[in-house]
Amino acid sequence: MNIKWLPCSAYLKSSLIISILLSSLASAEQVTVAIAANFINPMHKLVAEFEQQSQHQVTLVSGSSGRFFAQIHHGAPFDVFLSADSDKPQRLIALGLALPSSLFTYAYGRLVLWGMDNKQEITAKTLRKADFKHLAIANAKLAPYGKAAKEVLVQLGLEKEIRSKWVVGENISQTYQFVASQNAQYGFIAASQWPAADFGWLVPESLHQPIQQDAVILTRAQGNKAAFDLLEYLQSPAAAVIIQDYGYQVTSAVSNKSGQ
Amino acid sequence: MEPLLGLASEDWQAIFLTLRLATLVTLILLVIATPVAWWLTTTQSKLKPVIAAIVALPLVLPPTVIGFYLLIAMGPSGPVGELTQSLGLGTLPFTFSGLVIASVIYSFPFVVQPIQNSLEALGKRPLEVAATLRASRLDTFFTVVLPLAKPGFITASILGFAHTVGEFGVILMIGGNIPGETQVISVLIYEHVESLQYGQAHRLSAGMIIFSFIVLLLLYGFNQKQKTIRVIN
Repeated sequence: MNIKWLPCSAYLKSSLIISILLSSLASAEQVTVAIAANFINPMHKLVAEFEQQSQHQVTLVSGSSGRFFAQIHHGAPFDVFLSADSDKPQRLIALGLALPSSLFTYAYGRLVLWGMDNKQEITAKTLRKADFKHLAIANAKLAPYGKAAKEVLVQLGLEKEIRSKWVVGENISQTYQFVASQNAQYGFIAASQWPAADFGWLVPESLHQPIQQDAVILTRAQGNKAAFDLLEYLQSPAAAVIIQDYGYQVTSAVSNKSGQ
Repeated sequence: MEPLLGLASEDWQAIFLTLRLATLVTLILLVIATPVAWWLTTTQSKLKPVIAAIVALPLVLPPTVIGFYLLIAMGPSGPVGELTQSLGLGTLPFTFSGLVIASVIYSFPFVVQPIQNSLEALGKRPLEVAATLRASRLDTFFTVVLPLAKPGFITASILGFAHTVGEFGVILMIGGNIPGETQVISVLIYEHVESLQYGQAHRLSAGMIIFSFIVLLLLYGFNQKQKTIRVIN
């Protein structure tokens, strides 16, 4: 259609343009995602792919799940919540702040014992030697990776023995930072953070409860197509490849005890 | 242990640790900041603006910058860390001593500036009089300057103490959240909030508000009194 030939042109042209803009906006929506800090690197990659396929626009806000929970509880403008655990999405559902049908597990985290001193291999036996001063772990009360690390130490029978050497990071990123700055000799970090060239011990999943990371759509985003499209994409085989690339698993292997 | 005032023993441990830290930091700061303030007041040096700017840096720098660089500098391969290790002291992050040093740096301008202001307000006259009476410089400082500049020192102590109590970002970054060693009130409140223990967070936070209000009330009440005295005299 050539709008040049229409009568009372200026008014009609502009209203036409507006309606065209509006209709294009309807298919390309905006979604804001609150995301646990440990998953931010794979998420950047996932979102880049998703935006190419769908025309939707995704804004990522990375932080701690506990803080997000408090913020969502008090009306923060997030549409989707990717938690580092399974507890907080459940609680949001119980509070009526999230959609129960949208709940799913987007990743299972793996734990790595990591150190910057690349002179000797890191194994399950590393922590039994007395030659280190500090072991960095994430706060077990706040971070699922910290809780898992504590469970590993209990399983290894080391919890009491090296309790005095613990230094506690507020989250898994800070735990990483304590080791990276060499202030702690070893630390339990997320496999997604593990620098490929460094020695580390990928902790068997049998030594801790699964680090189940759940995602949920928040009630305020009920009508937001982008939120639903994004979660659908995260469950696709293409997304699973990227997620696994970053050291996560998409299914839990904890029942498979033979792998110990 | 019975919870006292609804606070658990870990809360009390954090409160006492914070008070111990703030007291120690304030005392150290008074000793270090006084000569610096004195120098800044009396010097004719061209370096004065440079030193004054360095002193004021912690006022404008985000605590994350200070914490980040302290973590690196005090670490095993940082300059401070290498020094402390060669002295057989180990490294400072995750220790109480580390927090003391970090807090001294962080609260430095809050102590220097009130002292400097009160010294500048004194002017040269009392010093000249003391000099004509043949008082030594040290004598002058303790018998003339110190009593006259007392309000400045009191303001400086209160501000230094309160600012250390309210410190959070730096300690979070270099402390490692160790109960009884580096887990101060602000860090513990943060932990309570993040772990959804809002009840405990509320009690500690309310305590902090009351504490801070009393400190500021004392400060302003004291300043008011000083002004009245000055007017009467």
